[in-house]
Amino acid sequence: MEEEKQAWGSRVGLILAMAGNAVGLGNFLRFPVQAIQNGGGAFIIPYLICFLLMGLPLLFVEWSSGRFGGNFGHHSTPFILDSMDKKKFWKYIGVFGIFTNVAVASYYCYLESWTLSWVWHSISGSFVGQSQEQVANFFGNYVSLTTIEPIIFWIICLTLNTWILSKGLSGGVEKVAKIGMPLLLIFGAFLAYKAITLHTGESGAINDGTAGLNFLWTPDFSSIWSAKVWLAAAGQVFFTLSLGMGSIHCYASYIKKKDDIALNAMSAGWMNEFVEIVLGSAILIPIAVGYLGVDKVMEMTKSGGLGLGFQTLPYLFQQWGGALAIAAGVAWFGLLFFAGVTSSLAMGTPVMGFLQDEFGWKRGNSALAFGCIVFLLGLPTVLFFNYGVFDEYDYWAGTVSLVVFALFEIILFSWVFGIDKGWKEIMDGADIKVPNIFKFIIKYITPIFLLGVFIGSLPGIWNQITNVALYQEIAETTDTFAIEQLKTKMLYVNISRIGLLLLWLAIAYLVYIAYKKRIKEGRFTS
Amino acid sequence: MNTSALIMMLVTEVIVTFITAYFFYKVLTTPPKPEPDSFTENDEEIRN
Repeated sequence: MEEEKQAWGSRVGLILAMAGNAVGLGNFLRFPVQAIQNGGGAFIIPYLICFLLMGLPLLFVEWSSGRFGGNFGHHSTPFILDSMDKKKFWKYIGVFGIFTNVAVASYYCYLESWTLSWVWHSISGSFVGQSQEQVANFFGNYVSLTTIEPIIFWIICLTLNTWILSKGLSGGVEKVAKIGMPLLLIFGAFLAYKAITLHTGESGAINDGTAGLNFLWTPDFSSIWSAKVWLAAAGQVFFTLSLGMGSIHCYASYIKKKDDIALNAMSAGWMNEFVEIVLGSAILIPIAVGYLGVDKVMEMTKSGGLGLGFQTLPYLFQQWGGALAIAAGVAWFGLLFFAGVTSSLAMGTPVMGFLQDEFGWKRGNSALAFGCIVFLLGLPTVLFFNYGVFDEYDYWAGTVSLVVFALFEIILFSWVFGIDKGWKEIMDGADIKVPNIFKFIIKYITPIFLLGVFIGSLPGIWNQITNVALYQEIAETTDTFAIEQLKTKMLYVNISRIGLLLLWLAIAYLVYIAYKKRIKEGRFTS
Repeated sequence: MNTSALIMMLVTEVIVTFITAYFFYKVLTTPPKPEPDSFTENDEEIRN
């Protein structure tokens, strides 16, 4: 019996799935930290400018490229990009659109499994009566694998993702988005209300919740002239919108030519901004500042928002006591789980699309294949978390790869495919009139912006390749045991880097086989 | 909250909320395209 063709169930479902793809843990853990480290309220100025000049244009480009390729029956970036120009190498640029999803899912699913685990521990009362240090140690012990629990939750999370993916677009991904996104908004609104109405002296709080908002939103306008702040803003826009990953292309490839993409892209993009700016700024920092004060939060956020979210907030929720502490824990980690799962499902879809289109795999088998690949590649991030493998995956797949792919795709769309043809693609079936200025922005401003981001990242990339930070740590350490540990860490980091390179090459080889297969079968290829 | 922080927050959040609501409202109120479209949930209704 032939498998039913993949399709979206409804337009709202598509938009919620796209918004869910964009809304991730970074909206709640990364954005507020980036804001306080880069000019407070003034950060929103470069951030929104980057959103308008780079984020929205790239959304239009990715939605329209995806729909264009989808009309030729392609649902993953190698052959979507291939359909846009006659030159053969574009399909290999499209490899990034599969590589990124596989590699990011490999560590992201582990992160997602923490949220599930923390929901469970919030309900079962594991944090009741614990000191702040004990809650922080709980996290340290968890990632050090002192018990088998992290692996169990990780496998549950992977199985859940695989099962949902096997149900298809409308039966799986879309249903989760329709349940998960409204729940995420409800949980977020509840926590934001609790955070903002926090009063000094109430349950041990040393500040009002508004002190945190004040800390986050007080603008330091001098920061606007800093290149570092602009790079941070551009980076945040990238991560938050899931640009340069290939997942947007894949979701959009199931849209017919006459259906709108312009309004859909606007709606999903702004929905993400609402979650990030309105909800993302109103939970983590106000609660943390309310209980810990500005100086301590400033110190704690130097290493990012992850520690604050998983190591500190569960302790702070306990100050609310009883059922409210459980409700807050479930809401916070439930919110992070829904943010995570809607994103990880989007990472699985392009991989499945590739296997189904090119090798005729059935949906269930391709979902299982994705689950198995993520399990195998994710295993090092779980087992060797403390050796920097997780961060290494995040750096190369979740940062560098996105910028490289986006830079290539904007050049392809604007200059090779041609902006006139591209603009027609964006406007075909559009339910809104996109201002003509975006034609100019997509052709000139966005590529320059992306080139700037890429060039700005080059020193960091070089430092990463040459392990500058690790060598520096070794030089500053006198303890021989610590030096040995750092050397072991460097070994694991180098091995994971080589592993990621081999993964990219393996996917490129599969694309080559698929290309040869297409020629043999007389199927469309440029 | 100090005035500059309050203004920055309110202006940003009002603008972002308004734009988000506007585009989502537009999605909800735009009539669907004639069949066959990209969405399966309305297929049955059309046939009946």
